[in-house]
Amino acid sequence: MTTFFDELHERFPELVRSVEEVVLDQAVVVLSGPDVAEIVRHFLSEYHARIVSVFAEDRVKDEGVFYNYYVFDRPNDPSWVILKAPISEQSPSFPSLAAELPAINWQEREIQDWFGLEATGHPNPRRVALHDNWPDVHPLRKSFALETVLPPFEGDQHVYRPTYGEGVFQIPVGPVHAGIIEPGHFNFAVAGEPILYLQLRMFYTHKGTEKLFENISIHRAVFLAESISGDSAFSHGAAFCQAVERAAEIEVPARAKFLRTILLELERIANHVADVGAIANDVGFVIANAHAGRVRELVLGLNETLTGSRALRGMVAIGGVRRDWQTDQVEAITRTLVKVEREFWDLVAIIQSSDSTRDRLEHTGILRSEKALTLGIVGVAGRASGVDRDIRRDHPYEAYSQLPFNVPVYQAGDVRHRMQVRIDEVGESIQMIRAAVALLPEGPHRAPTQPIPPGRCAMSAVEGWRGEIVNWVRTGEDNRIERCKVKDPSINNWPAIVEAVEGNIVADFPVINKSFNLSYSGTDR
Amino acid sequence: MFKILQKSFSIGTATASYPRVAPRLAEQFRGCPEFDFEAWSDARPAAEACPTGAIVLRDCEGLRKVTVDYGRCIFCGECEQASADGAVRITRKFELAASDRRDLVLTAEYALHLDGTHFALQSSTNGLSAEEPGKRIAEAIQSLLGRSLAIRQVDAGSCNGCEQEIVALNNPVHDIERFGIHFVASPRHADMLLVTGPVTRNMELALRKTWAATPDPKMVVAVGACGISGGIFGANYASLGGVDAVIPVDVYIPGCPPRPEALLHGILLALGQMRQHMGSSQIGTRARLQ
Repeated sequence: MTTFFDELHERFPELVRSVEEVVLDQAVVVLSGPDVAEIVRHFLSEYHARIVSVFAEDRVKDEGVFYNYYVFDRPNDPSWVILKAPISEQSPSFPSLAAELPAINWQEREIQDWFGLEATGHPNPRRVALHDNWPDVHPLRKSFALETVLPPFEGDQHVYRPTYGEGVFQIPVGPVHAGIIEPGHFNFAVAGEPILYLQLRMFYTHKGTEKLFENISIHRAVFLAESISGDSAFSHGAAFCQAVERAAEIEVPARAKFLRTILLELERIANHVADVGAIANDVGFVIANAHAGRVRELVLGLNETLTGSRALRGMVAIGGVRRDWQTDQVEAITRTLVKVEREFWDLVAIIQSSDSTRDRLEHTGILRSEKALTLGIVGVAGRASGVDRDIRRDHPYEAYSQLPFNVPVYQAGDVRHRMQVRIDEVGESIQMIRAAVALLPEGPHRAPTQPIPPGRCAMSAVEGWRGEIVNWVRTGEDNRIERCKVKDPSINNWPAIVEAVEGNIVADFPVINKSFNLSYSGTDR
Repeated sequence: MFKILQKSFSIGTATASYPRVAPRLAEQFRGCPEFDFEAWSDARPAAEACPTGAIVLRDCEGLRKVTVDYGRCIFCGECEQASADGAVRITRKFELAASDRRDLVLTAEYALHLDGTHFALQSSTNGLSAEEPGKRIAEAIQSLLGRSLAIRQVDAGSCNGCEQEIVALNNPVHDIERFGIHFVASPRHADMLLVTGPVTRNMELALRKTWAATPDPKMVVAVGACGISGGIFGANYASLGGVDAVIPVDVYIPGCPPRPEALLHGILLALGQMRQHMGSSQIGTRARLQ
C-alpha cells in the first residue's frame, strides 16, 4: 500500500495532497482540486482499475467546499481506493470523465442535478435525476430543506431524440406499464419490428431517499435502507449497516455474520427462482413460471420463519441482527432447502426440455463482453457477458471468506446466459447456506448498542442478487447520518438494456428487460 | 411434454384455501401490534423506537395523547421490544384493511406523572376494524361475482416490495384468479386501481391520468404503509405522501409489504363495498357487476 501512495505522490506532486486511511480496506487519496482526469487515466492504465462509483458531498458549511468521490477497485486486490476531490463553491464545476468512462455517465449527471455542480464537457449533460419540468433546485445541498414544497411543475417534458426515415417510427411506453412492474418511460425507435434504438427516462420513483438519510436517526435509517429496493431489502439493509459499522469500528459477532450471510443467500435464491420463471413466462412458457412461483413461496415461508417477514425486513441491525435463531429455525433451513433444491432442479429440467423456449432465449438481447466492460455492467448481467466479478469473492464481507463457492461466468451475454448464471447461482447459494449452517458459530447475534462517533466515513459493498450495492456514509452528531450515498446495481446496468435490445424485435423487449430485472426504485431512490 | 404433465400431477393442488381456511403462518410472523392501553405505563420508548412515526405522543397541560396509526406501521416489532411493561404485543393478525382511514388510527389519553411516565387512562378509542372478516366477505363476493373483477396495478413510487407480493397473488399458491379477479394491462379495462406509494412528484401526473382513464364506477385501493401515508418516506420535496393526497381512496391495506392474504382480504373488502355502492340505482348500467 505505502509504495502505491509514494508512487502516486511522486507522479502527481501538485495534485495529491495526502492519504487518509479510513479503515483497513479503504484508502482515501485527498486531492488539491477537482481535475482528476490525469490520475484516473493513470489508475486505468497502470492498475487496470475499475471505476465503481462517483458521488458528491456538500461540505460547504464545515470546510467551505464540495467533494467529489471517485471509488476504484483493482484486480486481485480486496481494497478500495477513493479519490476525494474538492470543488469550490465559487466555481461549482468539475471536468466530466463520462466520455472516457461511460459507466459514470448517469452518476455525474446525478451530481449535476442534485448538487448543482456542473460536469463540464459531459457528452449528454441533460437532466437525469430531476425531470425536465422541475424548477432549478439542488436537493442534496445542505441549504435545501427536505420538506421544501415545490410549486406545481410547469414547462417542457423530456424531449426525445427524433427518428426519421420511411417506415421508421417511435413507440412510447410508460411510465405506467402493462404488467405489475415499476414505472419508467421507454421510447423505442423501430423500423418495422426491429428496434433501432431505445431511449430511457427513469427517476419516476425518486422519493428523496438520500436527503431523507440526512434527516433521521441511524436507528430509523436502517429501515429506510430496507426500502430502497424492496426486492433487495436485506442486501440494502446489510450494506448500510456495514458502512456504519466500519465507520464506527463496530465489531460484528461471528454468529451475526453467518446469520446475515444465510439471509443474503436466501434473498438471492428467492429472486433468482422468480426471475427464471418470469423469463420463461415472457416467452410464453407459463407452466414454468407457475412452478417457480411455488418454489419461491417455499423460500418466502422460510424467510418468515427466520425473520418474521417474507421480505426479510426488520431483521438486520447495526452490529448484527435483531433476532437470534432457535434450533428449530435452523433445522427449518435444512429441511426447506431439501425441498427447494429438488423442486428447483425439476423446474430447470422442465425449462431445458422445451426447445421452443431455448430457441427464444438463445441469441436474444446480446450484450457483448467488451461492451459490458466499457459500460461497467455489474452482477448477473456482467457475469453472463464474461465479466468475472463478484464482491463476495473479490472483496469478502460477512462470512463469505469462510465458505466455498464458485462464481459462474458465461460469455454469450444473451438472455439464455443471464438465466443460466441465475440457475448456477441458486445451486451455489444452496451449498453455501448448507456450509454456513454447518459452521454456524455460537455466541451473541448482535454487538452491544453503542453511540456512533460523529465525522467518520466509510464505504461498504455487498453483492446483492442483482449485483453490487455500494454505500458510503459520513456519520453525524447524535447518532445521525451526515451523508449516505447509495448505489444500486441497477444504475450501472440500464445502459446494458439499451445496448442489448438493439436489432431485436419489440416483442422480445419484455424478456430482455426481465433477464436484467433492474430495480427502478433502486435507481431512482 | 410428458415430463411437464407428470410434474404437474405429482404436485397436486398447490393452492391455499384462504380465506375459507386460515393461512399457515410462521410462528415468527409479525402481524399487527396490539396495545394494552390500560396497562401501558410509558409510551415514550415505543414512540422513540418506531421508525415511521406510527406511534406519536402529544403532551399538553398534564395530559398525554397517544396516537397509533396502523397506516404508518411497518410491522418491524421495535415497539414491542422497547416497551418493558409488556403492554405492546406483536400478534399474527394481518387482516387489517379498512375502508375508512380513521379506522386505522387508535388514540388514548393519559394523565401525566411529573417524571414523564403516565397513568390513569382517561379514554381510548379503538378504531381497528369492525370490518367483516375475510371469510364472510369471500362468501358474499362469490355470490356477487361469479364473474370477474379487473385490476390495474399502479406503482406510484413504491420501493417494489409491495409489487413483489402483488405478483405473488398470481402464483399457484395464492391464485387470485380463482375469485375471477385478474390483472389487466390498461386502466381502460379496469374496475379497480391497486396503487402502491408513496406518490412521488414525478408520478403524480401519471397517477391522475391513470385514474381519469379508468371508467366509472371504479375503486381505488391504497397498498402498504407508503400507499396509505407515505410510510417511512412521508411527504417531502419529492414525495406527496399517501395515495389519497392525489386521488380518492376506497380501501386501505396496511403492511410493509402486506402479505398476499392481506392484499386479498383488502381487495375482497373493496369488492363488498362496490356491491353496496352499486346498490339498486346502478344495476343495469353495468350488467356484469349487477
